[in-house]
Amino acid sequence: MLHAMPTDAPRHDALNRTPNIPDPDGFYEELIESQRLLSDDEAQLMNCKLILLLANHVGDRAVLTQALKAAGGAGK
Amino acid sequence: MMSTYTYPRYPYRISPEQEAGRLVRHPVVVIGAGPVGLTAALDFAARGIPTVVLDDNDTVSLGSRAVCYAKRPLEIWDRLGCGERMVERGISWRIGKVFFEDDLRYQFDLLPEPDHKMPAMINLQQYYLEEFMVEECARQPLVDLRWKHKLLSLQQHDDFATLVVETPDGVFTLEAQWVVACDGANSDTRKMVGAEFTGQAFQDRFLIADVVMKAQFPTERWFWFDPPFHRNQSVLLHRQADDVWRIDFQLGWDADPTEEKKPENIIPRVKAMLGPDAQFELEWASVYQFACRRIDRFRHGRVIFAGDAAHQVSPFGARGANSGVQDVDNLGWKLKLVLDGLAPETLMDTYHEERALAADDNIANSTRSTDFITPKSAMSRRFRNAVLELAQDHPFARPLVNSGRLSTPTPYLASPLNTPDEDAFAGLMAPGTTCADAPVRVDGRDGWFLGLLGGGFTVVTFGDAPLGEVRAGGIVAPVLRIGIDAADAKGRLAERYDGMDGTTYLIRPDQHVAARWRSFDPDKIQGAIRRAIAA
Ligand SMILES: Cc1cc2nc3c(=O)[nH]c(=O)nc-3n(C[C@H](O)[C@H](O)[C@H](O)COP(=O)(O)OP(=O)(O)OC[C@H]3O[C@@H](n4cnc5c(N)ncnc54)[C@H](O)[C@@H]3O)c2cc1C
Repeated sequence: MLHAMPTDAPRHDALNRTPNIPDPDGFYEELIESQRLLSDDEAQLMNCKLILLLANHVGDRAVLTQALKAAGGAGK
Repeated sequence: MMSTYTYPRYPYRISPEQEAGRLVRHPVVVIGAGPVGLTAALDFAARGIPTVVLDDNDTVSLGSRAVCYAKRPLEIWDRLGCGERMVERGISWRIGKVFFEDDLRYQFDLLPEPDHKMPAMINLQQYYLEEFMVEECARQPLVDLRWKHKLLSLQQHDDFATLVVETPDGVFTLEAQWVVACDGANSDTRKMVGAEFTGQAFQDRFLIADVVMKAQFPTERWFWFDPPFHRNQSVLLHRQADDVWRIDFQLGWDADPTEEKKPENIIPRVKAMLGPDAQFELEWASVYQFACRRIDRFRHGRVIFAGDAAHQVSPFGARGANSGVQDVDNLGWKLKLVLDGLAPETLMDTYHEERALAADDNIANSTRSTDFITPKSAMSRRFRNAVLELAQDHPFARPLVNSGRLSTPTPYLASPLNTPDEDAFAGLMAPGTTCADAPVRVDGRDGWFLGLLGGGFTVVTFGDAPLGEVRAGGIVAPVLRIGIDAADAKGRLAERYDGMDGTTYLIRPDQHVAARWRSFDPDKIQGAIRRAIAA
């Protein structure tokens, strides 16, 4: 049986560009705060780890490629 | 240096044709007696092709270059009569450890699937490998191995090539219907046909040292990123036969190769790693810059390229000799059918299609490993280090660690020689794939499935069959009935090939799947044979 999908529902294979974090200000604060005591070098390493952790969480290769492009990466 | 191995000197002999001043046209002349040229000689001879091999030297590979050989090349050498000896002489291993800074971050187990004749990987010095093959060549009447024969120039004609060769007795000319160039990464033959050989050289240098020691290390592959004894660079430790250990030190691009090669500079590096009291002797050392390159076309007229002459890879992943041997596996049967007039010459072009695909796959893999080991920017180094730090506690990061992806065969899934599936199958044995081995019983004796394949085309069927052989053109493919001619001793064949009563496979002479069906249909099998020889 076919279920009608609302047209604005995020597709699974597409990068979600609509607001999805319930608490934007709180998240942003936590992000900045998490690096307050780090040197630039340490923060950069942490950013790398964060990207890797989140990328694995997303898992979807097509979405990751779109995210790399949306972030300004050169792409394939 | 050098204490565990004595280099054989193979005798130079003048050939009857040079002595008599006679011009002879040979079916096949192989240039170079490295691992790939020697394998080619054995494979071609096994298929019934008289083969002349020319090598400009008179001994085996100087120093130990290749160390690791993977299951598929071992299976090929086993078909050619020297695989068991290599496994016996070599070191089998399966555990790899990866260290970052002071700590072990992650370890892997090659976890070989049970019930294959050959192990997942062995380590053996390249000189032993070559020596065993030279000895096997001497037992093969169809192999004519000529030392101190240097190819000077080559000229192509429509259906043969003329080769000018220099020996201690002077210069002479011979002809060949086909030339198989296995003369290594600096191939002279490649230059003679004007082929392009392009790719990238990595801006890094490596000191490769073989040391003899009675070591307390286990037989495992240990890889360090940025260890305290060799800061900011990587180190690899691997065991070979005779208590010889291979150590790779990454040196960086600015290192001076001549200085780094001096024992007085190498010994302190090894001591820093093993401790001040370690007892060891330096056996051989060299400094390399690695590159990944590929020839434009594997076939130039009557000249076919194989091994390092056709493709060069950085050694992380051990894909050099391993893939060169698979080139030859692909080439031998095609050459035989074309020489015998049983297949059109266009079959030779599928050698390029199938093996260029494999070369590109190997180059992609070893380039990725090299980029992980030698990050090209500060940011990529951060990502690399982030992966290594995460790997300890977060399983997801472990598959991202890349200290070399060990060689596995590249399946020819899109090859025009395959007959696409029309029935549904589970498992890995799709057309274009190397056949998996399995234990069998034949006439009450234990054996291996791959031992029953490889002479020519074979039809393998589960259960009984209406025919004992299938003929197409001049090709005769015997039918092997699983459960009748050979028992599926442990049920692995049924499992690995998704075999049910009636399931039928057409297997190529190089032990690759050409086609498969759920029932035995002679017309379809004939069609698949014709397709598999490009007829
Ligand atoms: C440090 C290092 C580690 C490696 N580790 C591995 C590994 O673990 N596993 C692996 O699979 N591979 C490894 N390799 C790669 C492996 O050594 C090569 O891929 C392999 O030797 C290629 O074999 P070949 O027969 O194509 O060429 P070569 O071994 O280079 O042989 C070419 C032959 O041709 C002869 N020749 C050249 N010119 C002429 C001429 N004009 N006339 C007549 N003869 C000629 C030469 O004398 C030589 O005998 C490693 C390489 C290095 C450098």
